[in-house]
Amino acid sequence: MIVFDSVAKRYPGGYTALAGISFEIRHGELVVLSGHSGAGKSTLLKLIPAIERPTAGTVLINGQDVSRLPRRAIPYLRRNLGLVLQESRLLFDRSVFDNVMLPLVITGHPPGDASKRVAAALERVGLAGREKELPAGLSGGEQQRVAIARAIVNRPSILIADEPTAHLDPAYATEIADLFKSFNRAGVTVLISTHDASLFAESAPRRLTLAKGQLLEAA
Amino acid sequence: MSNWLYLHVRAIAQALGRLAGQPVGTLLSALVMGIALSLPAGGYLLLDNVASLARGVSGTPEISVFLDTAAGKADAAEIEKRLRAEPELASFRFVPRDEALQQLASGGLGDVLGGLNANPLPDAFVVTLRSEDPVLFDALAAQMRAWPKVAHVQLDSSWVKRLHALLGLGRSAVLMLAGLLGFALVIVTFNTIRLQIMTQRSEIEVSRLLGATDPFIRRPFYWFGGLQGMLGGLVALGAVHLGVRALSAPVAALADTYGAVFALAGPQWREAVVIVLFATFLGWLGAEISVRRHLAVD
Repeated sequence: MIVFDSVAKRYPGGYTALAGISFEIRHGELVVLSGHSGAGKSTLLKLIPAIERPTAGTVLINGQDVSRLPRRAIPYLRRNLGLVLQESRLLFDRSVFDNVMLPLVITGHPPGDASKRVAAALERVGLAGREKELPAGLSGGEQQRVAIARAIVNRPSILIADEPTAHLDPAYATEIADLFKSFNRAGVTVLISTHDASLFAESAPRRLTLAKGQLLEAA
Repeated sequence: MSNWLYLHVRAIAQALGRLAGQPVGTLLSALVMGIALSLPAGGYLLLDNVASLARGVSGTPEISVFLDTAAGKADAAEIEKRLRAEPELASFRFVPRDEALQQLASGGLGDVLGGLNANPLPDAFVVTLRSEDPVLFDALAAQMRAWPKVAHVQLDSSWVKRLHALLGLGRSAVLMLAGLLGFALVIVTFNTIRLQIMTQRSEIEVSRLLGATDPFIRRPFYWFGGLQGMLGGLVALGAVHLGVRALSAPVAALADTYGAVFALAGPQWREAVVIVLFATFLGWLGAEISVRRHLAVD
């Protein structure tokens, strides 16, 4: 469960990215976060894994107050979240397998079990058999799939994605959106920011709309 | 295998991979560290050899305890009893006055001594100590002077003092050199790790986003620094061994001209371990400072 209670984020210099944001996302929900560029979508998403800290208010993730989490506890919070960022943030000198393996290496998974999980995650995103390839040899959509496989390999209960379809052509974007919908059907809580909410329209997700740092609509 | 051990094994593998991934850089760094470390290591070894050479050439320093000419056998026995009770003594030898006179006569002074009515020489004890510590020498001599029927105590310690002073000076110089070059090696590792952190910045950032802890990120750099230092230590050890091998024959020839037999000794296994461990520590220290400086997060 994700709870934002009167959350504000002001940057040094006075720029207010978010103001008085309150909402609640229940377990297993698919929520689409929409809004124009600069509306505060990325900032909001960054508050969940404590990449950014709120200047006011409370952010609760599964009952844990992330806004007051000590720095040393942040890695353990992130291990329970699946993060897909706007840029795939892949390691381009590592194979697809090694990129997806990274979260399991970090958590110290036994190599045998980890390899099986990587294979399963790649299978899930339709990249089975591409383990040895380097990310540079993949298309933009495929790179984003690798990033998604990396995000789900630890079997997180919450998946957060920041504009995962931003730089993809419509066909690839639909494929990626379908992947997130399928994860949600499997019981994963999905919070996804996008310019194009129509990609998820058929699933009738809950929609949060941000404008100038304020929540306009919590349908 | 525990998770902690697994993560360390993985960090070692990662560090070895980075070392092997840039063989020229690794070799150059190891050579720089090794050559720099071989100077104080070689200096220490040289001092050690000089100390053992001095011991061999000059023999063990002695204290001569001369008794009063009026001292009798009972007095000599009393002194002997006191010497036996002294724990710092390695050995002692009694030289009766008649034996001393004979030695003097056989030394070419027979005519002079023949003109004397009586033996003017006293009984004496020649004492050798376990230690070469000049402070201990002085203290024992002072103690012996206070014993009954002891007329004069002569200690052959001036050369010991001089040697100790010279060796002390040499050791200080070697320590200073080790400190300075050690500092330079820490800087070399600091800079190598700094460059590594810069080139791996994106991997570090991604790892943090995926839940990597600070120790997870830092561990491979510590191992890298330590392993690089260890390689430098091994190069230093090799350089010292080569130096000893190259100098052995000329030094033996020089000793031969003084009628002595002397072989230059290389580092023993314990010294070798110390050199490698010291180099490893310097590498680790450079990594520690660099990591703290360049991987700091608010």
